[in-house]
Amino acid sequence: MKPVSRPHRVPLPALAVASLALVTLALALVFFVAPNDANQGFSQRIFYFHVSIAFTAYACFAAGAWKALLHLWKRDPRADLESYVAVHQGVIFGVLVLLTGSIWAKISWGHWWLWSEDQLVLFLVLFLFYAAYFMLRYSVDPGPQRANFSAVYALFGVVLIPVSFLAIRIAKSFIHPIVFTRHGPNFGGWILVAYCVSQAALLVLAYTLYRVELTGKLLDVRLRELRLA
Amino acid sequence: MNYAADVRALARKDLLLELRARDTLPAMLLFVVATFVVFHFALPAHSSQLAASGLLWVAIVFTALLGLGRAFVPEREQRVLDGLVLAPCDRSAIWLAKGIATFAFLGAAEIVALPVFALFFHGIDAATVGGVVLADIGICAVGTFLGAMAVATRARDLLLPLLFLPLAIPIVVGGVGASVAGSPGRYLAFLALYDALFALLCWATFEYVVTE
Repeated sequence: MKPVSRPHRVPLPALAVASLALVTLALALVFFVAPNDANQGFSQRIFYFHVSIAFTAYACFAAGAWKALLHLWKRDPRADLESYVAVHQGVIFGVLVLLTGSIWAKISWGHWWLWSEDQLVLFLVLFLFYAAYFMLRYSVDPGPQRANFSAVYALFGVVLIPVSFLAIRIAKSFIHPIVFTRHGPNFGGWILVAYCVSQAALLVLAYTLYRVELTGKLLDVRLRELRLA
Repeated sequence: MNYAADVRALARKDLLLELRARDTLPAMLLFVVATFVVFHFALPAHSSQLAASGLLWVAIVFTALLGLGRAFVPEREQRVLDGLVLAPCDRSAIWLAKGIATFAFLGAAEIVALPVFALFFHGIDAATVGGVVLADIGICAVGTFLGAMAVATRARDLLLPLLFLPLAIPIVVGGVGASVAGSPGRYLAFLALYDALFALLCWATFEYVVTE
């Protein structure tokens, strides 16, 4: 089962240009157009990135689990590497969630780390879980067994996310500002536009990075094959 | 042979092996009692009873890790797993039987450990015992599964705690909640939910751990 590259509909250079344009637009909207928050002032602007990055990280983990399922179910030869790259991107964005959340907590509440903040604690648990994913993957020789182990573990991740979230919620009371309520986002106008653009920018950026890493990894595989041939 | 008979035969093999060799259970017992003594000295005098309740769960998780690390060692050393995979039985039966055997060891260790805890620290209520039973199911289901993976890697014993502890955090939340909260019902329900979800996932995917 050697991984081969999949024909993609969107070429990589176009993706790179799109993510550059979107990230620039998002930065401009967040810093120059969106209004200051009534309570938290200027520093609240980190929300646009913190929340978007968190959502992007979830999307990466979900994509990794989906590719893992494809590997186990359809025996798709490309799925293993794609699942790994998606999880890798998810961990990178997860670390960014921890960093941005930490900065926000310091400015808003005066502490770098707050156990009362659901999202931060959850990402710490997820970081530990997915860091072990890499330990697992790199202590098995490349081959079908490694692909199976990685895939099964990635599937555990998507079950662990809601279970941990529930666990952290029932473990304590929370003081995290809840931006999304059951009645939809409690903001409108430019705030909503800025949020949606940052979200789109980060998703496109994550997909671009995913494609870049995947291309590199496939090149590595091809190079190794040529050396052995 | 049907599924239940396969599971029974495999679990019986593990229990018999333990009965004859006595590898795991004495180690777990000694470990858990030693942990309690360490906790006694780690807790400052006059610290709250709640702290001791929390430490009970630390002791349970680490004792379980000790047993889980040993779970697949006989299979590895004697290459029994290859034989089991070739046998005409459902592969998930291997996981279920090993899980039942580990549950028996952990339960036996706790039958001694909980009274010792009550003797050293403070009494234990029914909710804690219920929490321990539910947590044991989750620990054994997930731990046995990860033990089977860890034993096939190069890192082996090093890897199991790293894989297991992030997954054990919800168990600890539910268990400590059941021990210290005024109304333990929701925590016990949470533990039951955890058990059901992860047992199902392990049961469905174990085949991929032992086959290629």
